[in-house]
Amino acid sequence: MQLDVLYFASLRDAAGCERERVETHAVDLAALYAELAARHGFRFVPPHLRVAVDGAFAHWSDPPRQGSEVVFIPPVSGG
Amino acid sequence: MKQFGLSETPIDPAALRAQLQRVDAGGFVSFEGWVRSSNAGRAVLRLGYQAYGPLAEREGQRIVDAAVERHGALAALCVHRVGLLELGEMAVYVGVAAAHRNAAFACCREIIDEVKAHVPVWKNEHYADGESGWIHPEA
Repeated sequence: MQLDVLYFASLRDAAGCERERVETHAVDLAALYAELAARHGFRFVPPHLRVAVDGAFAHWSDPPRQGSEVVFIPPVSGG
Repeated sequence: MKQFGLSETPIDPAALRAQLQRVDAGGFVSFEGWVRSSNAGRAVLRLGYQAYGPLAEREGQRIVDAAVERHGALAALCVHRVGLLELGEMAVYVGVAAAHRNAAFACCREIIDEVKAHVPVWKNEHYADGESGWIHPEA
């Protein structure tokens, strides 16, 4: 399936792009992250991140959905 | 009315305060977060903020609504900047109107603490030595 992944902060720097279209057979969002972490060399492991789909927090065990927008959320530092 | 927003332009605290003014409020508390010239011993020249807009607005709204409800405040607003900010610029504003001061202080404190902990906004510090770095507190 195809979906879009958006990157922010240090993940954006590591990926070298703000978003990318990804072709994946990952069974869940954790497996999707593992694929992308291996490709881009992300230093975060899932316990340090949260994951969101289409603008709402999701679970690592959720299956990826065709055409969705997935965002991996590094530890935040607003304020 | 939207109680949480992201802004690409400077925050106007007087305009936000005016939105909160009401005759049943006996107290008003605000917090302004400013861009500071140093962090962890390093000289900072400016900050860049990124946000994941749709989720930041959803989470920010949830936080403001929950704090108003919990403390029995009358109204609250929070605005967070995104983009490049110079020293002294306002990065975040929280304003709370309540019948009495205790609720206003407590509600304001909760909003800024929760926003800093949960809203998907990230700070990139640009240092005087030419380096820069994203701040990821728990990593």
